[in-house]
Amino acid sequence: MNKTDVLIIGAGPTGLFCAHQLGIIGLKCEIVDNLDKVGGQCIELYPDKPIYDIPAVPECTGEELTNNLLQQIKPFNINFHLNQRVEEVKKIDNHWYVKTNSGKEFTVASIVVAGGVGSFEPRKFSVKEAEKFENTSLFYSIKDKNIFKDKTITIFGGGDSALDWAIELSNHSKVNLVHRRDEFSGAQASVDKVKELQSKGKLDLYTKFQLSSVIGDKNIESVAIKHDDETTKEIKSDYVLGFFGLIMQLGPILNWGLNLDKKTIQVNTENFETNLPGIFAIGDICSYPGKLKLILSGFHEGALAARGCFKYARPDEKLRFEFTTTSKAAQERLGVKK
Amino acid sequence: MAKITYHTHDNKTHTVDVQNGLSVMEGAVQNDIPGIDADCGGGMACATCHVYVNEEWLDKLPEKEDGEEDMLDMAFEPKQNSRLSCQLIVSDELDGLEVNIPSKQG
Repeated sequence: MNKTDVLIIGAGPTGLFCAHQLGIIGLKCEIVDNLDKVGGQCIELYPDKPIYDIPAVPECTGEELTNNLLQQIKPFNINFHLNQRVEEVKKIDNHWYVKTNSGKEFTVASIVVAGGVGSFEPRKFSVKEAEKFENTSLFYSIKDKNIFKDKTITIFGGGDSALDWAIELSNHSKVNLVHRRDEFSGAQASVDKVKELQSKGKLDLYTKFQLSSVIGDKNIESVAIKHDDETTKEIKSDYVLGFFGLIMQLGPILNWGLNLDKKTIQVNTENFETNLPGIFAIGDICSYPGKLKLILSGFHEGALAARGCFKYARPDEKLRFEFTTTSKAAQERLGVKK
Repeated sequence: MAKITYHTHDNKTHTVDVQNGLSVMEGAVQNDIPGIDADCGGGMACATCHVYVNEEWLDKLPEKEDGEEDMLDMAFEPKQNSRLSCQLIVSDELDGLEVNIPSKQG
């Protein structure tokens, strides 16, 4: 059981800056995120794309922003719990109990939900049978590539994941790569490599095709793919891989008893607390009149929510407003006191 | 101002007036028309505002910019007449546009 002052759900820019604000006022926090890395949408959706509206930063990429935030919170030695999603939240006496889907448990005075638009989950095939084979012979990510050795693999998608795995697996497996159009969104070098492998007969490429059905009883035997001109082809296949990127899903947050407005959590604008005392929501996931889904709004919301957390973590103390420029306590916490 | 008709998956038809300058996505969201999630808020980064455009309108719409087709690769059941509705900016020329919203966005 991890016992700390605050649990932040979501390691995007908003969650990271809130951790900074908690650290400055002397509260401890830990951060949970469902992705395998820190940065949220910035790192998953646009790591290389420029952002122009971070105050005092004329231009930076999603990755640079994430790295700078990580550097800014370094003095606080924050624990990250990645690759897991918060499943259960319940009130026990005057604290909150939180459990993730990998069994990690927390006891905290308050929770800050900085979950963006929800947790990232792989986008799945739309055909019904796909579900039946999921995680046995149909996958949306690869954990152990050795199972594919000497087998026939059909890969769907046109981005970097699809291309990279098609190239990698073609070393020891028979690979079919299926994509809905002739152009690929992945790196040109990978596209060239795939075409080279195709010309050498090491990989079969099917463009303008999409999955129409998966055939098999216990294991996959073949897949039917449909061309834009409505003709169908059946190709033998032992395994099917789909790489269509990630989609954001609110998931278990829906069941915690929070007041929701479509896919967002209603908060007050004084300290961004929700209808449940001790649970705060900041960033894209919160809604209030005038809400702007900008990173800079998330920073502001995090600063106020951090102060809102103080009364739950230190009920007998009074929080005094201070500037980092002059506060000895804040500078000690940052490790910069001369 | 343009009248935009959204056919939702439950076989309902919603015709609304959308101001020039807003996107077809915003027209749906502001009028509570179900089925357009628009998770990323209009940044061409999620493909959850995917719509099928009625054939006769395909040529009259602005061309796809770089990145829209890449995002459509990720969409749920993309077709030849698929567009991201966040990229369709409403103008008088779009008066009468009809789009179909897919059964789901993810």
